[in-house]
Amino acid sequence: MDGTRRGFLQAALTAAGAATTPVYAQAQGGGHGEAQQAVPSDPALRVKSLESLLVEKGLVDRKAVDALIDTYEHKIGPRNGARVVARAWADSAYKQRLLTNADAALAELGYGGLQGEHMVAVENSAKVHNLVVCTLCSCYPWPVLGLPPVWYKSEPYRSRSVIDPRGVLRELGLDLPADVEVRVWDSTAELRYMVIPERPTGTETLGEEQLASLVTRDAMIGVAKVSASLTGGRS
Amino acid sequence: MNGVHDMGGMHGMGPAESEKNEPVFHARWEARVFALNRAVGAWGKWNIDASRHQKELIPPAEYLRISYYEKFLIGMIELLVKSGLVTRAEVESGKPARGSKKATPPLTVDKVAVLVANGVPASRNTPVTPKFRAGQRVRARNLNPTGHTRLPRYARGKTGTIERDHGVFVFPDTNAHFLGENPQHLYSVRFGARDLWGDQAAPQDAVYVNLWDDHLEPA
Repeated sequence: MDGTRRGFLQAALTAAGAATTPVYAQAQGGGHGEAQQAVPSDPALRVKSLESLLVEKGLVDRKAVDALIDTYEHKIGPRNGARVVARAWADSAYKQRLLTNADAALAELGYGGLQGEHMVAVENSAKVHNLVVCTLCSCYPWPVLGLPPVWYKSEPYRSRSVIDPRGVLRELGLDLPADVEVRVWDSTAELRYMVIPERPTGTETLGEEQLASLVTRDAMIGVAKVSASLTGGRS
Repeated sequence: MNGVHDMGGMHGMGPAESEKNEPVFHARWEARVFALNRAVGAWGKWNIDASRHQKELIPPAEYLRISYYEKFLIGMIELLVKSGLVTRAEVESGKPARGSKKATPPLTVDKVAVLVANGVPASRNTPVTPKFRAGQRVRARNLNPTGHTRLPRYARGKTGTIERDHGVFVFPDTNAHFLGENPQHLYSVRFGARDLWGDQAAPQDAVYVNLWDDHLEPA
């Protein structure tokens, strides 16, 4: 995406910086007006300054901040969800439990918690395709997928997934047949959704671990299918 | 509020594009903002609904211009100041006011794993009678509050079907303004894509929206 969306974001960041700089200078100079915006323009500097203030005031424990980052950077991610999907594919009784009471079924595998306190699993088939979005902000099932990618939080995805899901899916590389029913799940509450993708043909002999390696993050959001030839990954 | 954050159904935002091998964070400051936000949230001075609303209050042109974690940063600073945990002057200087007492952080490193594992449930055991039942036809009310609401504009006035009753949950529309949790039933409501968007939508497609009792009326 370098040079496209990410490039756009970088340009937007720079523009945002440029826009707030004079306000900062103004507040520094005379303290008149717009106190609300009176923070340095570079987000990295602003955050550094804020963190040191919060630590110095005893409002945050820096080690707790480090631990939170480590958790979501290294410990919790889409491999969790992939294991759940593989179990559902391999064990139809588990899949039924996942579809009727996702919280309990996820807890069986040790998953749950922050931003996945109330989970719902929805199943894709040859006739039904599910897609998850949060039009109002960026709600996403952290315990099974980790933190959301930029595109999930982006305006194009948030705005058009509900009105033109088939168009959005084509842009992301998935062309659905006209007769498939598309179900879009707008995460407007504290319920968090995960999609159980269709199990690809040709995987009948694979074990759970091998199955899990095929399942991608995007398939569990509903913007991709799982292919028997893919070697899973983070996206 | 009818803000730009409520963007379901809008056009003109450009194509959806994914990034190959995207990192969890694109810069270290993003990671710090993400985690600081959780750490200061542990003071319990505000709730997740207030935190969402604070980001909605970012003026629309700025909301669209800045990145996701910049919105986090702005929202967090505003809540820190509003709640009195820090002053605006302290944010500007990056230094505690002279003579201010040092606090003890509620989220210490040993409590992080518990927070991550337990989360902050929004369901409540309060016995509340549901106003609707699965299979019932309902209309999303034509509400236009100037404050926080989780009823998106595109669903207002539209008719759908209760697909599932999820039980009793905190009502964000009041909780965001510290007007009480107002626990009530939360549903998945299925709206036919054509009922929302007209003939351009495929006849069999649907959008499911989570709505509470106070968002709905019988159809």
